[in-house]
Amino acid sequence: MGKLIIDQSKIDNIEDLINICPFNAIEEKDGKVEINAACKMCRLCVKKGPKGAVTYFEDMEVPVINKNEWRGIAVYVDHVDGMIHPVTYELIGKAKELAAKISHPVYALFMGYGLEDKCQELLHYGVDAVYCYNEKPLEYFTIEAYANVFENFIRKMKPTALLIGATTVGRQLAPRVAARMKTGLTADCTILDMNENTDLVQIRPAFGGNIMAQICTPNHRPQMATVRYKVMNAPKRQKEETGEIKFCTIDPKLLESNVEVLDIVIKEKEKSIESAEVLVVAGRGIKKEQDLEMLRELAELLGGQLACTRPICESSWLDSKCQVGLSGRTVRPKLIITCGVSGSVQFTAGMNNSDCIIAINTDDKASIFNIAHYCLVGDMYAIIPELIEKLKGDPACAIRK
Amino acid sequence: MNIIVCIKQVPETNKVAVDPVTGVLLRNGAESKMNPYDLYALETAFQLREKHGGKISVITMGPPQAKKVIKEAFSMGADEGTLITDRRFGGADVLATSYTLAQGIRKMGEYNLILCGKQTTDGDTAQVGPEISEWLKIPSVSNVRKILQVDPNTITVEMEMPKDIEIVKVKFPCLLSVDKDIFQPRLPSYIKKQATKDREIKLLTLNDMEDTDERHYGLNGSPTQVQRIFPPESNTHREIWRDEPKELVNRLFQKIEELKILD
Repeated sequence: MGKLIIDQSKIDNIEDLINICPFNAIEEKDGKVEINAACKMCRLCVKKGPKGAVTYFEDMEVPVINKNEWRGIAVYVDHVDGMIHPVTYELIGKAKELAAKISHPVYALFMGYGLEDKCQELLHYGVDAVYCYNEKPLEYFTIEAYANVFENFIRKMKPTALLIGATTVGRQLAPRVAARMKTGLTADCTILDMNENTDLVQIRPAFGGNIMAQICTPNHRPQMATVRYKVMNAPKRQKEETGEIKFCTIDPKLLESNVEVLDIVIKEKEKSIESAEVLVVAGRGIKKEQDLEMLRELAELLGGQLACTRPICESSWLDSKCQVGLSGRTVRPKLIITCGVSGSVQFTAGMNNSDCIIAINTDDKASIFNIAHYCLVGDMYAIIPELIEKLKGDPACAIRK
Repeated sequence: MNIIVCIKQVPETNKVAVDPVTGVLLRNGAESKMNPYDLYALETAFQLREKHGGKISVITMGPPQAKKVIKEAFSMGADEGTLITDRRFGGADVLATSYTLAQGIRKMGEYNLILCGKQTTDGDTAQVGPEISEWLKIPSVSNVRKILQVDPNTITVEMEMPKDIEIVKVKFPCLLSVDKDIFQPRLPSYIKKQATKDREIKLLTLNDMEDTDERHYGLNGSPTQVQRIFPPESNTHREIWRDEPKELVNRLFQKIEELKILD
């Protein structure tokens, strides 16, 4: 803990020092260098500036906590009406891995109503204990009651770390709890690791994903992190059950809320290509309009949507809402499969940030292959129908259908 | 109705890179703008004021230059603006930032509603809003996609949930984080810009807060520490697959399974 002290006499070139700061937090005032409120305390000016010009001064004692008092890694069980969100299992898998490094137990925290027979399932994934708060007022998610239960659990079990799925619920519950416990919370971690001293290593993309930041909460407990769905790997479901279920009680006053749930309505399915996690893109390699059906079927089997390039849209085979590119929509799905797309700059500019790009083209010199991660040199008319057959045989896909 | 809207100045572009040799963060230019998600929170405030009357105050935390986003909010129709600025607030993480904003909001007088955007484009955490509500001990609702009704003591909204939509009635005072697309944001008006160019912006520093303990702010008040920053593994991985169609299908299928698309 500390602050930055400037020694004006050690600065030979003010301009150079100012340029070191990536946050424009160093400024010149009447020939003197000052640090303004934009400072992020990255301390690059200390490291890269002239020796002694900026020094980091520790002026406060670090709060001391007894890390041994905090044991266990807890996973918040994300669910809707007792239907457990799969991110929960992924986090249990990660928690087990982290806990093994420091020989701590893994807990699942399950709150809601009508959960008596829902807890059992969690025991197939290797948690040591499920802590279940089964109360009528918890039937629907409301922030205050859920945060109170969370706090009750933390004060009782004192887990060293809490992992929460970055779902619409987790993203509001986790910060609320973190502020209450006055502890650190790192959003959307993509990598988690555990140090011997029980410090959780949290790595997440920063500044729009161009940089990764490694974050740690060295002097506070519990340590909290949210993780998005499909980032970690779920463990295999075990046949036998392990661990125990512990039903917990809480003062009914703590379940009162200033938020009243009036109704639950079903969401209409989103249809925009920007929101799709998977896109299948039809390019000029498509010979006739009817052939789009094959690509549409593939998209549906993958739980995604059909999109197209400008020529397809201009021939009115598909609506302009389906067009990817500078003159269409910019997309960033998890997976994009381009079929018979040559890969013009105006097209690729609208999709080259996609997580995984698979391109199918007969021409091995097609420019789409310059940006695709997997370049399939082949005829989509030979590949797609077979792929569709294979997908139809897959149980996961059959469910989706 | 008194509405407070939390806004933030963010870099124009989030395209930053790490110099592979020196490890220094490279930022191109000093251009900045209002966090685009905040425009939806502001528009929500304008819509509510048009229907129900009241006053809109914006609050931001940042360097003195962040006045620019308050002026922009004025030119769109905000009535008052507060800038929280102090060197000692530097290096704040989510906890310290939300605490500072909550302290600032306490100095702004009575309010019914605090509006926040979904997230910022530079921090990207979507956590500051909910943490502010905890410090202020008021109810909060995130992912608000529609305002359904406003009554003297409550507001009824649609909250997006993983599988469905919860319709919730929340007591004032409360904090709402609104989704993109709740309303179409308006553009700044030149006439309003001219009319408000001399409007005062209130400044708050650490000394103005109820809690003046330096340990609760900035780097000192931040439990999380950034240990290092590094470039991500670049996605330049490229594989060319030449094979019989049958084999290509097998490999493609395997890749789709690996990517967990079917889960």
